[in-house]
Amino acid sequence: MAHVFFGYFAGMIAITSILVVALRNPVYSALSLLVMFFHVAGLYVTLHAEFLAAVQVIVYAGAILVLYLFVVMLLNVKRDDRYHSQWRIAAFVCIPLSIEFLVLLSGNMEAANHQPVSLLVEPHAADNTLAIGQTLFSTYLFPFEVASLILLVAMIGAIVLAKRDIGENETKDMTRAPGAQ
Amino acid sequence: MTFSMGDLFLILPELLIITAACVVLVLDPVLRGPRKDGLVWLSLGTLAMCMGLTASQVSGPTAIFSGLVIIDAYGAFWKLLLYFVTGLTILLSYSYLKEERLYFGEYYGFILLALAGMMVMVSAADLLTIYLGTELMSLSLYVMAGLKRAEPRSLEASAKYFVLGAFSSGILLYGISLLYGATGSTRLPEIATAIASQGLSDSLLLFSTILLTVGFGFKLAVVPFHMWTPDVYQGAPTSVTAFMAVASKAASFGAFLRVFIEGLGGLKANWSAIFLLLCIATLVIGNIVALVQTNVKRMLAYSSIAHAGYALIGVVAASRIESSSGIASVLLYLALYTFMTFGAFAIVAMLRKGDIEGEEIEDFTGLSKRHPLAALLMMIFMVSLAGIPPTAGFVGKLYIFKSAVEAGMTWLAALGLIFAAISAYFYLRLVMVMYMREPIDHSDTAPHVVMSPTLSIVLACAVAGVVIFGVYPNPLVSFAMQAVLILK
Repeated sequence: MAHVFFGYFAGMIAITSILVVALRNPVYSALSLLVMFFHVAGLYVTLHAEFLAAVQVIVYAGAILVLYLFVVMLLNVKRDDRYHSQWRIAAFVCIPLSIEFLVLLSGNMEAANHQPVSLLVEPHAADNTLAIGQTLFSTYLFPFEVASLILLVAMIGAIVLAKRDIGENETKDMTRAPGAQ
Repeated sequence: MTFSMGDLFLILPELLIITAACVVLVLDPVLRGPRKDGLVWLSLGTLAMCMGLTASQVSGPTAIFSGLVIIDAYGAFWKLLLYFVTGLTILLSYSYLKEERLYFGEYYGFILLALAGMMVMVSAADLLTIYLGTELMSLSLYVMAGLKRAEPRSLEASAKYFVLGAFSSGILLYGISLLYGATGSTRLPEIATAIASQGLSDSLLLFSTILLTVGFGFKLAVVPFHMWTPDVYQGAPTSVTAFMAVASKAASFGAFLRVFIEGLGGLKANWSAIFLLLCIATLVIGNIVALVQTNVKRMLAYSSIAHAGYALIGVVAASRIESSSGIASVLLYLALYTFMTFGAFAIVAMLRKGDIEGEEIEDFTGLSKRHPLAALLMMIFMVSLAGIPPTAGFVGKLYIFKSAVEAGMTWLAALGLIFAAISAYFYLRLVMVMYMREPIDHSDTAPHVVMSPTLSIVLACAVAGVVIFGVYPNPLVSFAMQAVLILK
């Protein structure tokens, strides 16, 4: 039964991911991305990671994708054919790579027979949210704080690059480098 | 397991840098006019403090934060190098930003945050933490590359860097997740144990190694993952280019060596062959394409690609010999590369043609007549980049080639030597243009070097490093040897 669900979710993720880049109307692309996010959430549910599944739907499908759609609609991007002229190169690179990938991973079914590694917490028994929270704020505290810094940089960076009249007051204040000849 | 106050003390340098970055970001809108210079001195003061703290941490490995971070001599080597480069970048930017009329206080905040990311990269012993450090560094650099907002080339550099960087991060993450699937951990020591028990044949391990190679290849700008380098280096503000070419490369090498030697050391036989191919391709493309460049920033970009190729010779050699001198030669090479590359970029940054940068080779025509000192310094940096004695560049190449010979790969050392000779052509062409030709342009907009006290400090540090370590490299060599002992 688990294999059937995995097959369905994985297949849909693969198909919708291809549609995201293959469709020419950006709104359709965003919508297939939405479908993909939901199926990834489904995959998490089959792994007993309910909290991750909920976060996936709320954050990715709910927040990020809506922002995408807003930008697409604000910019009024209709369709763009410019980037579709390179599909031959893409196919030339992708097909050998995919074959290599398949051969390497399914050769002798070695990877498929790989025993899953032991997990830190037993997902069936543990309280998902509690387990994630405890790990995040004890073992993984350091990377968690680094991730928060990344968000800070992203936020300030977006403002610095996009704000219109930044640095103009300073131009009036300062005319020339004091040390320069 | 959780953390103790002792852990916090050991990452005090990181905490100080992050605090300074936040203070800079908060104070920037409050301060007006010349008072903003205070931010520069604040950043430099913090760096000096961290330098002292890190220098006291050159001791045996201490694992902190549940083994996600390791404080050791290896990390300290890179951190000290990174503080030094960041300090030079801040000093150079102080003059350069005023010339370019870019008054962003946030600039210094981003430099410090990028530095924090690099410090995380070189001291993390966990793939996830290394990945987050890389992202922190890269995101800051994406923004800094686009700071010349009025110039389309700068924005193009930023966008290109961002898209390709995000793509390579994706590949890196894919590699990390497959490695986690194969070994059950993201921590390097545990990965090494798992690999030792499983052997080399596991195809999952092999595939994740390839993905990690591609991911790091982008950050190191190794052929064939180098395509972004010339455009980004050319479009970004020159002070940022210098920072990217030196600091980001050093930090990437620091993380890369730790991952491949400590974590994937058991797969040496597999990745050594991959890196041999990448190394040869990098030497060929980097040096040959640099021959036809007319823009100095592009030429230096290809030169930095080629230098990554020389460093890879050391990596390949290190994977075939038991002694740690191979990796030490890589550390030494990158430390020496820092001085000459930064010095060269500093002169390019301050060569002005009217209101814009003089970054074409022809702008250097007859520079020795107008600015004998600047021309002399540029000549020293070029000679060193070409690897001619008695400069630092020669010492670096000497140790790299020596370890290649030790590894029984004399042909690789010979190949490196041939390409060093080829590279001398384009480095010395610039010297020839400066010394053998008369200045053509005598108008007001003729290229001239804008000297300032901070630029003098930068150039003095760079040239002192090139000359002193060219003649007497022993202290640096022994520090590098001490740093890599930990990796074995």
